[in-house]
Amino acid sequence: MTNTPPGPANDSAPSAAAVASEWPAELYRVLKAANVRQMAYVPDAGHTTLIELFSADPEVVTTVLTTEEEGVAIAAGAWLGGQRAVLLMQSSGVGNCINMFSLPVMGHFPLLTLVTMRGEWAEFNPWQVPMGRGTQAALEAVGVRVMRADTVEDLVETVEAAAALAYEADQQIAVLIGQRLIGKKKW
Amino acid sequence: MTDLDMNRPHTNHPGTLARRDVVSRLLKHRHGALVVTGLGSPSYDVHAAGDRDDNYYLWGAMGGAALVGLGLAQAQPEKRVLVITGDGEQLMAFGSLATIAVAKPRNLDVLVIDNQHYGETGMQTSHTGRGLDLARVARACGFAEAATLRTMDEVESFSATLRAAADGPRLFVVKVLAENPPRSLPPRDAVHVKNRFRAHLGFPVR
Repeated sequence: MTNTPPGPANDSAPSAAAVASEWPAELYRVLKAANVRQMAYVPDAGHTTLIELFSADPEVVTTVLTTEEEGVAIAAGAWLGGQRAVLLMQSSGVGNCINMFSLPVMGHFPLLTLVTMRGEWAEFNPWQVPMGRGTQAALEAVGVRVMRADTVEDLVETVEAAAALAYEADQQIAVLIGQRLIGKKKW
Repeated sequence: MTDLDMNRPHTNHPGTLARRDVVSRLLKHRHGALVVTGLGSPSYDVHAAGDRDDNYYLWGAMGGAALVGLGLAQAQPEKRVLVITGDGEQLMAFGSLATIAVAKPRNLDVLVIDNQHYGETGMQTSHTGRGLDLARVARACGFAEAATLRTMDEVESFSATLRAAADGPRLFVVKVLAENPPRSLPPRDAVHVKNRFRAHLGFPVR
């Protein structure tokens, strides 16, 4: 849910619920505007819509991974070849990537990864908690800058800023998408 | 015995080719292919054959070489990309063979210089030295072509295919002697190597 105050929706403004459900499309719009040409991902419920949007886009090469660190290396290769890449993962995947982050950090390769958080808000699975707790610290420990968003409005602006920092200023950025924003996992 | 029997060590025949000879012979016929190297001896082998702007050397990020090659191949579909790495590095990225097979790049060759040992860390026997056949794994994953090369004639034949169009990704294993030739060290400044590589492709250095 968003921080939008409750109230009747009018014709010009979408309801808070509608905005909340449209954030993947907003991120897609922002990333397309940033000229992202490759997207790599490990299947993730939180990123489902964004994965579908990219997969249907003939201008973007999507690569499904067996483990998240593969995408870190692919993004570096994409940049060597002149293309911008984005990597979608879940917070548990950050743990898989730690050594591979040395590649973008040492080479100042642009890195933009969007990380859906687990283990921090209404989490039902205790095994998700340790990596959820360690995600930000692990990223920062190896030199990846962390930006975080817990509301939809904040998320879209944050990804826009993160894309500029990554692709224009050669930074390595992980945007953490708070679990509260994604909503409780349905079983 | 099965073809892939982990319980019987050293079932693979060790190679007799000298790795430097293999790499320098191969790179004479690179025909403008962009080259990415895995950390350790493959980086030294490629550097020893001649430092070039269109080489990208990895000094770390073990397991990343073939995937840097995939991202590059996807970004530059009109050029061929050649990844030269070692058996240990490729074994760490076992899943990358699945990822590359599914991605189906038609311009990516992975060459595994296989000495069946971890040469950087004390020459311990690797999985390929215990019978694992990376070419068979690549074929099972869905690579368009995969083979193990044991003679210089086979290496020559492979080099002749480097400029040919392919139906999908290819993986070749070259069995070499377990030796550590004198180190030939590429620049360790990853930013410098990145910038000159991109400049080679016509991208502005910034």
